[in-house]
Amino acid sequence: MKPIISVKGIAKQYTLGSQLKAANSFREMILGVIASPFKNFRQLSGKDSSQQTFWALSNISFEVQPGEVVGVIGRNGAGKSTLLKILSRITTPTEGQIEYQGQMASLLEVGTGFHPELTGRENIYLNGAILGMGRQQITERLDDIVEFAEISKFLDTPVKRFSSGMYVRLAFSVAAHLNPDILIVDEVLAVGDQAFQQKCLGKLKDTGGDGRTVFFVSHNMTAVKSLCNRIIYLKDGKIEYDGSPDEAISRYLSVGKSGAAQWSDDTNKHDHLKKVSLSSNMNSDMSTEASTNLFQYSESIEVLIEFENTKRRAYRPAVRITDVFGNVLFTSWDKDSLAESDRKEVKKEVLVCSIPANLLKPAGYTLTAFAHVPDDNGNVKVEEVNFDITVSAEHCPIDLGRLGLIFPILEWQRHADAHKSNDKR
Amino acid sequence: MQCTNNSSEKKVTVIQPNPSWSFVNLTELWSYRELVSVMIIRDLKVRYKQTVMGVAWAVLQPLTMILIFTLIFGKLAKIPSDGYPYPVFVFSGLLAWNFFSSAIGTSGVSLIGASNLVSKVYFPRIIVPISSIGVSLVDFVISAALLLIMMMLYGIPITANILWLPFFMAGLFILSIGFGSWLAAITVTYRDFRYVISYLLQIWMYLTPVLYPVSFVPEKWQWLLYLNPLYAWINGIRASFLNQPIDLLGTFISLSFSIMIFAAGMFYFEKTQRRFADII
Repeated sequence: MKPIISVKGIAKQYTLGSQLKAANSFREMILGVIASPFKNFRQLSGKDSSQQTFWALSNISFEVQPGEVVGVIGRNGAGKSTLLKILSRITTPTEGQIEYQGQMASLLEVGTGFHPELTGRENIYLNGAILGMGRQQITERLDDIVEFAEISKFLDTPVKRFSSGMYVRLAFSVAAHLNPDILIVDEVLAVGDQAFQQKCLGKLKDTGGDGRTVFFVSHNMTAVKSLCNRIIYLKDGKIEYDGSPDEAISRYLSVGKSGAAQWSDDTNKHDHLKKVSLSSNMNSDMSTEASTNLFQYSESIEVLIEFENTKRRAYRPAVRITDVFGNVLFTSWDKDSLAESDRKEVKKEVLVCSIPANLLKPAGYTLTAFAHVPDDNGNVKVEEVNFDITVSAEHCPIDLGRLGLIFPILEWQRHADAHKSNDKR
Repeated sequence: MQCTNNSSEKKVTVIQPNPSWSFVNLTELWSYRELVSVMIIRDLKVRYKQTVMGVAWAVLQPLTMILIFTLIFGKLAKIPSDGYPYPVFVFSGLLAWNFFSSAIGTSGVSLIGASNLVSKVYFPRIIVPISSIGVSLVDFVISAALLLIMMMLYGIPITANILWLPFFMAGLFILSIGFGSWLAAITVTYRDFRYVISYLLQIWMYLTPVLYPVSFVPEKWQWLLYLNPLYAWINGIRASFLNQPIDLLGTFISLSFSIMIFAAGMFYFEKTQRRFADII
């Protein structure tokens, strides 16, 4: 079959903005004012050869058959959004060529082109026209759009008075009813509540089922897995893997971020927080250099934090886990009651916080070790260190497609005499 | 980027990095015509939302301008007005000037105002400046109706000369699109033009016979007016309302200028629009 999209050797180069140097003297400042228009002109017109460039994408080639639902995954900065922008013709590639057939519509951001002053109905027409739908087409689908978005009561209210959930629902609904041959969707499901996310996924699935081609970028492995029959895994602007969803996801999750799993306050930036290192319970011999930021689902994460307290302040240490969408999964303080911590007398201490095994869903997270430090005026200063950690799917008995932000393994018991206890009541 | 129609029913689109010179794709623009009207309607609707006076502002604005110019230029400076009452004289030029100045002023900053749209969704970018000029055109129609009412009140007859109006308006429209699109495109890269536009418009107004008649310029200097591509359109629109003779030579020169500016604007826009999403 003839591919609906064929991408040949796409590459995209961006220019990095060069930093403006601050003037050191009055003379330099005056000279700067005179010289900067010339320098700025060279820079803005793209003729400044001294500027640094980088390749956001290089040598990307693939073909997509009609009806395929292709997921695109990768870390932030891997080139996912750039690829979608080139595919949807928002920006041009530096090299290479793309050929596609039929009508393409892209949904790179929910609510693009919505005007807050206009009513829901007016925005449906506006948004539809921007996405390439004719007036007649929109009128035919208006009822479906409104019903899907669940906003029929507010159809004639300006969208600036919408709740953010209603806003997102309406925006997704318009785009979902476009029915183009190729639909490009970028991380739009990061917004909205879980129930609506499920509904959107269902809609996208139907779109794929109708023989339309869908391109879907997401950090949400659950969504990608349940939706796509093929995944392109991008890493540093290149295709790392292109093929079956299971293989792509497991490769993506098992590659630890090359970030450090250790930190120490070399520049004396913090008064209290001095050293943090991460390790798993498998290699919890803390004296060695066995720190890691890649953990298995079935192992616990040990966060080792070293504090100094020369100023004798009542600091409060804590550890926090945040997912890639910015949702804080939890925060753990060393003391859960807010009673005054008796740390004023502590000079130096080492704390270990242990995040239990069989809890975090396999994915990437940010682990933050931090302390709240009140100063003499009672203002609270935060000293913090962030780590990118990955929980791999190894030894995880739970299917990645299961709903939920965390994957705890809970205890289930069967009450043999359930009938009796009911009767007694 | 280019689109070609295949023999089969599905349209084939090719995306390439070619930086070659090309003209704005008019076929594609035509297929997006609905978006132009939707965006014009959006701007008109939004403009008077949550205002008490509503659409009345569209009438009040020109009326206050006429009042001020009549007091300052007509009564105080006693500038001649070709034998017509000064308010009618000044408004017949001012409505064309207002169209041009708001068309250029709004289209010049239209792209950077729509940066969210430009960086998130594909459509022919030229639609952005064109639709903001379209909004100015609606204002022009309102002003023209107002002028006709004023002329009736002053007892000035409407003659067959009015048939020239569509022609002159079309000329002014072409000039505005050419110049406005060029400004919109160059403002994306060099934000300086945001400020340049307002200076330029202030000076340009006094260089164009809007508040004064052509006869006010000493005869040996009148040829200088021909260098102004706006001259014949402003003068011609006034002539069509007020039954004055049409300056054919001036019209020809302005038309040539306008077509050149239009073509240059379209080429420049098409050439730079590939970079918009990266730098906006």
